[in-house]
Amino acid sequence: MNDLIPHLKALISVPGLSGYEAPVRTLIEEAWRPLTDEISTSRLGSLHALRRGTGPDPRPSLLLAAHMDAIGLIVTGLSGEFLHITEVGGVDARVLPGQLVTIHGRQELSGVIVQPPSHLLPPNNRQGPVLLENLLIDTGLDAEELARLVRPGDLVSFAQSPIELYGDMLVGHTLDDRAGVAALTYCLSALQGRQLDWDIWFVATSQEEENFAGAITSGYQLRPSLAIAIDVTFASAPGSPAHETFPMGKGPTLGWGPNIHPSLYLAFKNLAERLEISYKTQVIPRHSGTDAYALQIAAEGVPTMVIGIPLRYMHTPVEMISSKDVVRTGRLLAEFAASLELDFLETWSWDE
Amino acid sequence: MHTTNESNQTPQVGAGQTSLLERLCNASAVSGDEHEVRQIVIQELQPYAQAIKIDSLGNVLVTREGRGTNRLRVMVAAHMDEAGFILTNDEDDGIYRFEVVGGMDVRFLLGKLVWVGRSHTPGVIGAKPVHLLTSEEKKKTITLDSLRIDLGPGNGNQSKIGERAVFATPFIHLGNSLRARALDNRLGVATLIELVKHPPDNIDLLAAFTVQEEVGTRGASIAGYSLNPDLAFVLDCTSAYDLPAWDDSENSQYNTQLGAGPAIHIAHKPSLSDPRLVRHLEQTAKVENIPYQIRQPGSVSTDTGTIHKQRSGIPSVTVSVPGRYLHSPASLCRLSDWQFTLALIHAALARLTPQVLATER
Repeated sequence: MNDLIPHLKALISVPGLSGYEAPVRTLIEEAWRPLTDEISTSRLGSLHALRRGTGPDPRPSLLLAAHMDAIGLIVTGLSGEFLHITEVGGVDARVLPGQLVTIHGRQELSGVIVQPPSHLLPPNNRQGPVLLENLLIDTGLDAEELARLVRPGDLVSFAQSPIELYGDMLVGHTLDDRAGVAALTYCLSALQGRQLDWDIWFVATSQEEENFAGAITSGYQLRPSLAIAIDVTFASAPGSPAHETFPMGKGPTLGWGPNIHPSLYLAFKNLAERLEISYKTQVIPRHSGTDAYALQIAAEGVPTMVIGIPLRYMHTPVEMISSKDVVRTGRLLAEFAASLELDFLETWSWDE
Repeated sequence: MHTTNESNQTPQVGAGQTSLLERLCNASAVSGDEHEVRQIVIQELQPYAQAIKIDSLGNVLVTREGRGTNRLRVMVAAHMDEAGFILTNDEDDGIYRFEVVGGMDVRFLLGKLVWVGRSHTPGVIGAKPVHLLTSEEKKKTITLDSLRIDLGPGNGNQSKIGERAVFATPFIHLGNSLRARALDNRLGVATLIELVKHPPDNIDLLAAFTVQEEVGTRGASIAGYSLNPDLAFVLDCTSAYDLPAWDDSENSQYNTQLGAGPAIHIAHKPSLSDPRLVRHLEQTAKVENIPYQIRQPGSVSTDTGTIHKQRSGIPSVTVSVPGRYLHSPASLCRLSDWQFTLALIHAALARLTPQVLATER
């Protein structure tokens, strides 16, 4: 797949806030439809795409999940020429002043998030970062026009355009986790023409940033034999603690901890070493903060794995990734899917 | 839109002028490195001026002589520079420590795209992920020394310490508003370019496109001295704080308001405007039916601060286009305020006579 960067740039150029993923889902569906055998949308908005295996019915199945929803903002009210906002997903209010946004009202409007001068703020917020509840959006429109076009509940997306930096670096908002979606697209391309024993479900999940509702319900509906969450992880960067971060451009991370089945971790570790794909082990002591947390306890339970793509400045509009890491992740997933034999699960043991 | 260069015709803000403003706003000109804006100014004015002088600090000085006798020598100044950043230390692998040049609230810096150097190489000022913040960190204003400009690993050392950087915010029309980085003071520069293209012929127009205003009105100081005018007008962009108060109480400290016309400065900390020039501007506005507002007196620095103290004193006044969110990634102004500012200053110059300064202060 040569057009990974254009694909990923397209993915982060369309909106799709948690619960309202339709615009990005349409784009992903267009990319995946020619590469899969069937495709549908779940009741809560996840996209389910199947590469059918050739093993005898009933076949085991692998679910690959990357969440397509984005963090952003939502309009809570109007004050004259200005909009009040709150968050969708985990937004860091400190990065908001001066940020350009798109308001999805009766028509799309461009706006800028502004912090009022201190004398206009409540006495408890006249120092330090301005709290989200005190930030405003200015669209440049007059009050009457604004009231005609915007109402409470309208969604607000970050407007930062994707930017390619020197080398293979890409900057933009919502690379968390459209980079994971792009890794799945890469995986699908790499599997073209290859025979698979297992069914492989490619799932772009909804609502991960709010409540994991997409992964919870897709896991129940699809009942996979194994599930892997592909999400971004913290890359080493100025201001981020070294012990909690992983180098960018040096391959994906393989998660290890209670959300991860140890045999699945070992299978990936051995595969990465055999393929000479560089990786780092990421110890995840508790909640992984990924779809694996939900998938693991879907129905009667699913062995799960977490694969991370290192990303700088997570949940800001200037997230940064190395496209090489996306490719490595997609390739590792494709090789894993292709390597699955019908008796794979029977080779596992808890007595190691 | 065709622009005519006939004198004495009131210049208008049309498509040509906004497109020039867009080029000016998208150019990078952090105090001390005004090259990009200076090039645009020179390119625009070359066909209109016999001589364009660039002085020892980089000010662009252009004279357009009028006709007849008893002409006043009138300086009109607009600063070309803007607040921004300068790379100070190369910490390897595309990471640079930087300093702020000019006044900037550090709370605007997190999570922004910047352009570095004259190549406008993209980079980012990142932030520690919200997931990893302690509750103490969430409450504190970030300090500049904890921030870096990140050009991406392996940027091949294309950028060097000493290069300037600015927020990478594109210019855009929004209804009757304009939004861009550095409206302060590309609005003044664009206005002064129109004056040089359409100078009233009752005066000698001494146009000064100044440097280093944001770091102490340095350029205006030597421009005021060397032009040695009879009086001076400064064109700038001043803050509008016309936002709602948290409890919906009246906002009595708005400084200026968008949509209320050009803001005449009467008193700001480093200079007291010459009352005769304030009166002249107000009378002109009334005669010409141009809306205007008085900027609420209070501390702000403009080029009049140093110009009025040059030689044995130069009567001076500042007229500003009101703008919200100056010195931030994206400032915002009303098109009509710019149009009325251009109309007011042009009419005020055209109505100037030596009599204005002959009256009592």
